[in-house]
Amino acid sequence: MSGDGDGAGEQSRTLHVAMLARVEGEASMRVLVEAGQVTDVELRIFEPPRFFEALLRGRAYTEPPDITARICGICPVAYQMSACQAIEDACGVTVPEPLQHLRRLLYCGEWIESHALHIYLLHAPDFLGYESAIELARDRRDVVERGLALKKAGNAIMSTIGGRAVHPVNVRVGGFYRLPTAEELNGLRATLTRALRDALATVELVAGFEFPDLEHDFTYLSLRPAAGYPIEAGQVVTSSGLAFGAAEFDAHVSEEHVAHSHALHARLDGAGPYLVGPLARYSLNSAALTPLAAEAAAAAGLGPVCRNPFRSIIVRAVEVTCACEEALRIIGEWEGASAPSVPVEPRAGTGYGVTEAPRGLLYHRYQLAADGTITGARIVPPTSQNQIGIEHDLRSFVQARLDLPTDELTRQCEQAIRNYDPCISCATHFLDLTVEHREPGSRAHRQPGSGAHP
Amino acid sequence: MASPGAIAERPKLAVWKFASCDGCQLTLLNCEDELLTVASEIEIAYFPEATRAMVAGPYDLSLVEGSITTPGDAERILEVREASRRLVTIGACATAGGIQALRNFADAEQFRSAVYAHPEYIETLAESTAIAAHVPVDFELQGCPIDKGQLLAVLTAFLHDRRPPIPDYSVCVECKRRGTVCVMVAHGTPCLGPVTHAGCGALCPAYGRGCYGCFGPQDTPNAAALAGRLAFLGMPGRDVQRVFATFNAAAPAFLAETQRLQEAERQQEQTGRGVTG
Repeated sequence: MSGDGDGAGEQSRTLHVAMLARVEGEASMRVLVEAGQVTDVELRIFEPPRFFEALLRGRAYTEPPDITARICGICPVAYQMSACQAIEDACGVTVPEPLQHLRRLLYCGEWIESHALHIYLLHAPDFLGYESAIELARDRRDVVERGLALKKAGNAIMSTIGGRAVHPVNVRVGGFYRLPTAEELNGLRATLTRALRDALATVELVAGFEFPDLEHDFTYLSLRPAAGYPIEAGQVVTSSGLAFGAAEFDAHVSEEHVAHSHALHARLDGAGPYLVGPLARYSLNSAALTPLAAEAAAAAGLGPVCRNPFRSIIVRAVEVTCACEEALRIIGEWEGASAPSVPVEPRAGTGYGVTEAPRGLLYHRYQLAADGTITGARIVPPTSQNQIGIEHDLRSFVQARLDLPTDELTRQCEQAIRNYDPCISCATHFLDLTVEHREPGSRAHRQPGSGAHP
Repeated sequence: MASPGAIAERPKLAVWKFASCDGCQLTLLNCEDELLTVASEIEIAYFPEATRAMVAGPYDLSLVEGSITTPGDAERILEVREASRRLVTIGACATAGGIQALRNFADAEQFRSAVYAHPEYIETLAESTAIAAHVPVDFELQGCPIDKGQLLAVLTAFLHDRRPPIPDYSVCVECKRRGTVCVMVAHGTPCLGPVTHAGCGALCPAYGRGCYGCFGPQDTPNAAALAGRLAFLGMPGRDVQRVFATFNAAAPAFLAETQRLQEAERQQEQTGRGVTG
């Protein structure tokens, strides 16, 4: 398929991947090459839109945690937490500290589950030269089993605190429906102690992968709490020196609707495209890592800031370590709470919520009527914030590798996209990569790929 | 599976995605203890969320997640059916249109322009519909999300050509079996358990919360009787309408109840106006 060496078509090459696998959602990539220069890159997201912001209008203020969880089966807790925070903000309620700790614990479960899924089932096969983790398991069963055990540990937290791993039922505006018993929490200790060991082994494993030299200079954006690594709370900070609260997010970030994508493109004022997610979180908060996570990061050679997107797999492993340590700490310090939730009375107003989903900052805003009916909603998921950054990365990545055979270039592009763990259900599943080569004045050569459809 | 040639003859599984959150197909990957065994018994021939390798059809079993919301997907599901010996829908989206079927009650144009600055870029159908509205379906596994034990039971049953052992009674049966005190009887907490399909293990009542119906209607639901009970417990009329119009809004039994309640509300408003006017 590559380098059709038939004289006339020498400079015309079409590269097409019918499916980018191992991402969550449906999208395609189109790369345009003119006279040997990459001139345009579009990450096309055509996952069918589901109109959550519209269907939330007219619903009750108590419903967003359950409804918005359904935006993403991989990070439902992120949606529940940002939603609760925003509604509580609108109603002028702050939940007591013990309930905030329990929220952080539940969120740690989602980080461990989601990152272990990405590291072992979606991303590691790229570095090790396999099509899937199942194929990898034929040669390295121990590695895949460790990944699955780690993932299961995250799901154990989700099931214990939340009731189930996908779309937990125990989260409500104001806190939880029921508190876990001391026995239930203690029951997690052994699993998490083993998970922490597995997480450290994961950092060691992925730190040994080969990483292409590629550094980007995007502005990073993440939360930064008063203390600790950012998960469920904090102020928004950027590597360009901005610091602002959730209520000012709208003033700093604009979303643009472009023709090629069902995800809206986000831009940061004055700085253009920016990135959220593990690289941003780590680079803005590496000093706040838990002790073993910090040690593991140093041993993996990460440094305080990481600008190589391929190394994001190490950062995810460090974050899993951090989440295991945090979960164990919260369980160890747990002294119970006086009630599973605090009352939240509706009032007219607007509320804002920002938390760190595994893939990056997730913003919710709700407008409420006096009786608690939702009159407006805005949700900005991490993948739509990263879309422009992924396109920029791909542009320089492809440019430096145009001499590669098509199959290899395609494989490497897919890997580069998976660096961002794009969740196309949140913003994507079906990535379709096309590289068009054009000579000035000539017609485009495109060739549809061999679709994986029946 | 014992014969040496069995590996080559493993049945082929395909997993397809339409409009959905990925949570139901993730449930397959959440079978952490069983995944590698499943993969040795069946050939995971098409499952883009998990593998780059793609084996051409036909497939012995297709699991379909998600609802049909675009003209393109309405075509694609026909191809999927064509390529599949058996087709099983997984989850509320594929089985009942999902939460996105709330658009069926609204003006799709308004929905589109509420979210997107350039609605003309978006190609979407006015309604979100279940897979069975487009092609014949061999089995529908309910739940938002589906239960992992039930998913494994369905896979096993289809691989052995027998009916899946999925009971279609209500959540109440599971709740009694679990030994949970009835939240509605004991605490007056509104609960959709009596009309909702079993499968979750009666999770919400065990967490002190009423069932919110995410598994959709059970086999013989009496939604009207339950709606009366919810009103009796003090739930405002608008909230009673909402509980049936959420994650399985377009499931026939829930849809009929929502429409009945809306109609009753309209008539009451008219009567009310008549009296005051």
